[in-house]
Amino acid sequence: MRTELIYESRSLYRDSFRIQGYAFGTGRKAVCVVGSMRGNEYQQLYMASQLIRELKRTEGEDRLTPGCEILVVPSANPSSMNIAKRFWPIDNTDINRMFPGYMEGETTQRIAGGIFARAQQYEYGIQFASSYMTGLYAPHISIMKTSLEYAELAAHFGMPYVILRNTRPYDTTTLNYNWQIWDTKAFSLYTAQTERIDRESALRGVQAVFAFLASLGLVKRVEKLPCGSADAAQAEADSRTASQENGDTDCVFAAGGPDSVLPPRIIDDSHILSVRTPAAGLFEPAVSAGQAVRRGMLLARVLNPVDGGTLAHLYAPADGIVFFLCGGPMIYEHTAVIKLIPQ
Amino acid sequence: MPAGALDGNGGVCMVRTIATASLPVLETLKIQKNRLESGNAQVKRRLGIVTGIHGDELEGQYVCFELARRISEHSECLNGIVDIYPAMNPLGIDSITRGIPAFDLDMNRVFPGNEDGSMTEYFAAKMIDDLYGCDMVVDIHASNIFLTEIPQVRINELHRDCLVPWAKELNIDLIWVHGSSTVLESTLAYSLNSRKTPTLVVEMGVGMRITKAYCLQLVDGLFCLMKKLGIWSGPTTEPRTPLIADEGDDVSFLNAPVAGVFISTAHHGDLLKRGEEIGMIVDPLQGIVLARMNAPVDGLLFTIREYPVVDEGSLIARILRSRPEQEEVQDV
Repeated sequence: MRTELIYESRSLYRDSFRIQGYAFGTGRKAVCVVGSMRGNEYQQLYMASQLIRELKRTEGEDRLTPGCEILVVPSANPSSMNIAKRFWPIDNTDINRMFPGYMEGETTQRIAGGIFARAQQYEYGIQFASSYMTGLYAPHISIMKTSLEYAELAAHFGMPYVILRNTRPYDTTTLNYNWQIWDTKAFSLYTAQTERIDRESALRGVQAVFAFLASLGLVKRVEKLPCGSADAAQAEADSRTASQENGDTDCVFAAGGPDSVLPPRIIDDSHILSVRTPAAGLFEPAVSAGQAVRRGMLLARVLNPVDGGTLAHLYAPADGIVFFLCGGPMIYEHTAVIKLIPQ
Repeated sequence: MPAGALDGNGGVCMVRTIATASLPVLETLKIQKNRLESGNAQVKRRLGIVTGIHGDELEGQYVCFELARRISEHSECLNGIVDIYPAMNPLGIDSITRGIPAFDLDMNRVFPGNEDGSMTEYFAAKMIDDLYGCDMVVDIHASNIFLTEIPQVRINELHRDCLVPWAKELNIDLIWVHGSSTVLESTLAYSLNSRKTPTLVVEMGVGMRITKAYCLQLVDGLFCLMKKLGIWSGPTTEPRTPLIADEGDDVSFLNAPVAGVFISTAHHGDLLKRGEEIGMIVDPLQGIVLARMNAPVDGLLFTIREYPVVDEGSLIARILRSRPEQEEVQDV
């Protein structure tokens, strides 16, 4: 692993702002992974850190394919994260609304420009993304519909859903949109959380990246012993013991992801059903993200915050999967608090 | 329907609610407008005055007050409709928040909205619905808290031919015709202009403050505009002749080369010679000057940094490059 300084600017009273990249292998610029870009993306930072850890292990076991480079940028905005602020400390601008950046421009334009100068060199780009809507998501891959020639590659992440996102005007200044415009095949990877660490879904996200890397031939899968053999059972037990001692979860990373996965459902985002609340109040969900629901099933109640009475019942408009579940305790009238992927 | 109030001169002013939404705890959010209407034209022409999309921009508050006050005093001179929308983002104004509190969204990036969408999209759609069909809309912004701007109108180059003649009525100092950008397609002005409702965007002053002189200058201009629209017969001033920036290199940007504290030496509206000092960036800890900021071109200093703390890249100034034919009218 090599550590490189991707962007730096000096501050008046704080330490310098630094974006660091962690590169694995040399040669063809294959994959760039960007973790946290906003100051509240703790889950995304955690995922990136776990990815770096596993790539280090993979490199140590000589399972990186020679001639290719993988770059991970775990934190593109440490200054904001260190003060628990979502956007840029002084002017509250969003780095992910500044791409492709401009090195002669304003502060966050320069930061975006510095990131993009490095990130655009890669054939594939993966961002650990978050939405402005606070809540829980069913893990998925999202691709902007600007370029769909490579959409089938998203299946290699082994995630259950691939969302094809219709591009909106404000998307045109995001990293992923500009990656696509500049010929990097870009994917956004969403897991359940943003502001809290959900270890299980984070590690599933890292596993998905490893599965993708393995599908590209960038990391070698571990040779598996014949299933059911005594050697295999012993190897599994040894691995589990070692993992527990190290605080690891398992050796799914080393395996490069699951051997076989069901093909993901590919869904145009215009087909996702929004369940809007007719009333504002306290939000009491009755389901969880990723759960299968039947038409007419109670999804949530909206409660009067003063007397506790029920202001509204929210029911499933169709059979489907809970794709998004509002994470806040209070909800606003007209807001889409639940989204369903229809069956 | 709320009752209208006669103003004593035969005109009517009526506060109307254009959109509501319940907030979670014992509060209803309302977007309101004041309709000032007078005259006996069969089909009355309508001017919309909009402000407060960004909750930290307050210059428009004084403009709305003064405009309504003057019209009400002489409503016999009004022959049409003036709709005044002083607070498109009431929660933001109330909480000194630029965007929409709780949603962390810039309201001027959600237009044209969606009546079936989230609360913010719903409000945006209702605003577009209500403004649609105006003969002219003026969307008044201040700068943010970081910069001070001379009174100016900004026009997307796509709408230059339609809007520049109207902008000249507004008694402002500068018309800046800027390049088209996809991200700006989600602004109120773009959404209305693309729906054949002509909309001018005014930028002036600074965030979180009221610059009375600029506000009064614009109010005078609004009456000139009303006269050109044919809805005002009272006395007006002669609008000043604005400078026009409409070529790519007309505007020169000056950004901070280092982080520090900016101390200005030039004044807003100064005519500068190339190399003349605008200010300096200093390090208070060491007592040293980190950088001197000098004018990169001859021209008019129409934007200057107001908030002293700067990062590397922070905008310090914008200068309208002098052109020979403009030197005669540079008197702001």
